Amino acid sequence: MTLLLASFAPPYWLSTLIKVIVISAVVPTTALILGMVFLFKIMSWMQSRLGPQEAGPRGTLQLLADGVKFLQKEDIAPNGADLWVFKVAPLVVLMSTLLLYVALPASMHLVVADLDVGVFFVLAIASLSVIGVLMAGWSSASKYSLMGALRAAGQLIAYELPMVLAVIGVVIQAGTMSLNGIVLAQNDGSIFGWGGIGFPYILTQFLGFFIFIAAVQAELTQPPFDMPVAESEIVSGYQVEYTGFRFLIFFLAEFATAFAFAAIAAVLFLGGWAVPWLPTESDWYYVLGPIVLFAKVMIVSFIIFWVRFTYPRFREDQLQSLAWKVLIPLALVNIVVTAVLKVVL
Amino acid sequence: MLALLVAQNIAFYIIAALMVVGALRVVTCKNLMHAALWLVLVLAGAAAQYILLASEFVAITQVLVYLGAIIVLFLFGVMLTRAKTGTDEDLDNKNSAKFIGGGVAVLLLGLMGYSLIDGFKDTEFGNLMVQRTSEVSDSIFSTYLIPFEVLSVLLLAALIGAIVIARRD
Repeated sequence: MTLLLASFAPPYWLSTLIKVIVISAVVPTTALILGMVFLFKIMSWMQSRLGPQEAGPRGTLQLLADGVKFLQKEDIAPNGADLWVFKVAPLVVLMSTLLLYVALPASMHLVVADLDVGVFFVLAIASLSVIGVLMAGWSSASKYSLMGALRAAGQLIAYELPMVLAVIGVVIQAGTMSLNGIVLAQNDGSIFGWGGIGFPYILTQFLGFFIFIAAVQAELTQPPFDMPVAESEIVSGYQVEYTGFRFLIFFLAEFATAFAFAAIAAVLFLGGWAVPWLPTESDWYYVLGPIVLFAKVMIVSFIIFWVRFTYPRFREDQLQSLAWKVLIPLALVNIVVTAVLKVVL
Repeated sequence: MLALLVAQNIAFYIIAALMVVGALRVVTCKNLMHAALWLVLVLAGAAAQYILLASEFVAITQVLVYLGAIIVLFLFGVMLTRAKTGTDEDLDNKNSAKFIGGGVAVLLLGLMGYSLIDGFKDTEFGNLMVQRTSEVSDSIFSTYLIPFEVLSVLLLAALIGAIVIARRD
């Protein structure tokens, strides 16, 4: 089975077709899994309630039912809306999510494009969704939407910086920007000659991991960083005028992006698709790689959603000063220390 | 290899046509937000052209800096100041300004076209090799170290200047 997969080398057009199909199947599936497991089940468990019970066994198909419900709804646009921009905006957000999955490696060869600058690509693409959010907020012709979009833009710009800076520590330590290269550097590495668990960068870059997760939380506009969609202040921010499948696309993009960011964190800090006891060149990773990566993604997602369900919302000024006065200086210190140690050791 | 070059050429012309249309719409659009969104198309097209030229690093920097930061600041500024939907009839320049702008555009086209043709003459490019990011960084931090440092100081000065102008106390 694994040898069969290893020897599979389709022509260019066929591999492109397979990649497109796989990505367009994987993205909604990841959103469904995260929504189902965390938004419904873990959240209700943390809040001591049952959660959805009716659809499917123990309510596990609830999100699927919700999705079908959204698809049936009428596609409404507000009266003063700028129709063209209004309709395209969710697609821009979804496009940036889809592009995130392009660089994610699920094993050495199970990757759409093994880019030389994978980390850089991922960070650049992640900043594109803001354009879609701003388009949505402006074209809805509603003051709540506009407020939400402005908050989103301010927040996403502020938290992009700590995110990029937190990753630089890992890049310095690994000596490469390729995501596969970072995975190899961690699993082939050893701690003072002991290779029992490889060398996951969370041990040395714990500060970077903390900053990265906080910035991811803000980029996803999830509580406690959910100022742009704060229901109690500006109803739902830039999403308020959207119904039906266009709202569904926003929802899908949010959770699929959460999954993608958790996968990036798993690759950067937890060793990605590999386990240290199996050499990274083993053919078993064709099957094992996605499973290992999925397990690590679930661990990181649990941290992200745990924070989401537990903390109250920040105030706008607290949110900005956390980014500019705490996270960015910490990230800079982390870079300096990492660079000095890299040269000294 | 030939098939790849043909494909590259076709992609180049499609993207270039989109960029030209986008650029024209940026200056003729009667709606400020739409103009900014057409600019997104132009800048994204430039990034795509860099990828066709096999320089990943430049392309991704283009996306990060222009699309991710500058356009977002544009949109942010426009929305903060004049956020109305619909067209804006006074969003146009005087005829004299149009002529000067057109003249500068033609002059630039001539100058850059001439320097490109004169600089490369009959050079055949053949197969483009992917430019490794490590090569880019090596040349920045060795050969071009002094220009790089001068540029960073210049940017720092601009940053401080902007803060001084923006602060009123």
